[in-house]
Amino acid sequence: MTDILKIDDETIPKFPKHVKFRYNKARDEWVILAPERLVKLDPIAVEILKMVNGEREVKSISLELSKKFNAPEDTIISDVKEMLQNLSDKGFIEENG
Amino acid sequence: MDDMKNNNLKKASEHGIQAPLALLAELSHRCPLQCPYCSNPVQLEKKTGELTTDEWKSVIDQAVEMGMHQIHLSGGEPTVRHDLEDIVEHCSKQGLYTNLITSGVLLNPDRLKKLESLGLEHVQLSFQDTDHENADRIGGFKGGHAKKLEVAKWVRDVELPLTCNCVVHRQNIDNLENFIQMALDLDAERVEIAQVQYYGWALKNRAAFIPTPEQLDHATEIVEKARIDLKGKLVIDYVIPDYYAKHPKNCMGGWGRRFLNMNPKGDVLPCHAAETISHLKFDNVREKSLKWIWENSEAFNMYRGTDWMPDPCKSCDRKEIDWGGCRCQAMALTGDAKNTDPACSICPMHNEIFSMAAEEARRAPPEFIYRKYGVRFNSPI
Repeated sequence: MTDILKIDDETIPKFPKHVKFRYNKARDEWVILAPERLVKLDPIAVEILKMVNGEREVKSISLELSKKFNAPEDTIISDVKEMLQNLSDKGFIEENG
Repeated sequence: MDDMKNNNLKKASEHGIQAPLALLAELSHRCPLQCPYCSNPVQLEKKTGELTTDEWKSVIDQAVEMGMHQIHLSGGEPTVRHDLEDIVEHCSKQGLYTNLITSGVLLNPDRLKKLESLGLEHVQLSFQDTDHENADRIGGFKGGHAKKLEVAKWVRDVELPLTCNCVVHRQNIDNLENFIQMALDLDAERVEIAQVQYYGWALKNRAAFIPTPEQLDHATEIVEKARIDLKGKLVIDYVIPDYYAKHPKNCMGGWGRRFLNMNPKGDVLPCHAAETISHLKFDNVREKSLKWIWENSEAFNMYRGTDWMPDPCKSCDRKEIDWGGCRCQAMALTGDAKNTDPACSICPMHNEIFSMAAEEARRAPPEFIYRKYGVRFNSPI
C-alpha cells in the first residue's frame, strides 16, 4: 500500500483491487465489499462512487454532481472530498497514479 | 432437553432478520497443519462425507439468490480440494466477493495464477509466528513458515490482495511487532491479529495459550499505536481474548442474525463452533434449501433475538448490543448454552473463570494436544 492519501480537487480516486463497489441484485442495493467488510451506502454516496473510475478528478466528479442535482459546486466538492477521505482512511479508496 | 421440544420458536423473519451477509464455507476439514487452536470441531469430518462440486455450486447459487455478498472459502485447508478452481469460478460468475482462507502450504505459483484468473478476489494467509522454528512447532508442519513467506510473494505477484491472519497467544505474543512488520514487508493490505478464542481444540489447549493480563495489555498498546502510525497503509483488525474483556463479544453479530457457516458435509451452522452445543440438531443442504434453513432451522431459532435469555441478560440494557455473548462459550464453560457468556463481567461465573484462566497463564505451558483425526478425550472440557 502507498502512503496516506489526502484527497484534494485534483485527486483521481479509484477503488483498490481488493475493494469492490458492487450492485446486489437480490437486495437491490449498492455496497462496498472488502475482506470481512461491508459498507452500506446512502444514495448520495452511491451517486458519487458510480463516477469513481480511476480516470476522473474529484473536481470533475463534483461539477457533474452539482449540475445533476442543481446544487452549489463548492458545497458538493467539499462533501465529495469528505466522503472520499473517509473511505480512503479506511482503505476503500486510493489514488490512481 | 426441554427446549428442543419447543416447536413454537420465532423464525428469522419474525425477528425482522434479513438474509445473511456472508457464508463461511468449510470445504474440507483435511489440513496438513495441526494447529492446536484450530477452529474446527474436535470431531473432524472425513473426505468421504464432503459435499461434491455440484452440491457446493448449488449452495453458491442459493446464497446469491438470498442476497449474500461474500463467501469465505475455508477449511481445514480448502486447497486440498481439487475442485477449488471450479468453486472459485462459480462464486465469481455469480458475483460473490470471493475470499480464500488458507495455510498456503499446498499452493504453487501456477495454481494461484489460475485461481486469480478465475475470479478469486482476496487471500487470507495464516501465520503461526514470525520465528520459523516456533511457527513450525505450533503448526506441527516442518518448513511451513518458510513456505508461507514464499506463498505471500506469489499472492502479490499475481496482484491478489493479501491479509495476514496471525493468531497470537502467550507463546508468540512477544513477536507482535514482528507480525505487523512482516505484514508490511509482505505488502499485505490488512493484518488480523486475533488472540486465540477458546472453543474446541483451543479450549483443550487453553493452558498452553492463554496470555497473562499484563501480556494482553502490552499487546493492545502495541496494536493501538500501530493503528495510528499505519493509518491508511495497513488495516489492523484486532481480536482480544474475551476472558479479559468487560463485555462479551457480540458473537457473529448475534446468533443467526448476519452469518452462516457450512461444514464440509453440508450442515448449516450459526457459527463454526456451534457443533459443540451437542443438543442442537443442524439441518443439511442435502435435505433442505439454504433459505429454508436460515428461516426455519431450530438450531438457528433457538437463540435468536432475546426471548431465550435468562437473567442477567434479560434485564441488561446491552442485550441487543452483545446478544448475550457467545452461546458456545456459555456451553463450554457453564454447561448450558442459555447461560450468560462467562466472558461478561456481570456473569455470576465470570470471576471464577477469569481467575482460573489467569492462574493457567502464570504456570508453565503444558504440551500441545495437536489437532488431528481420531484424538479422543476423556473429559468434556
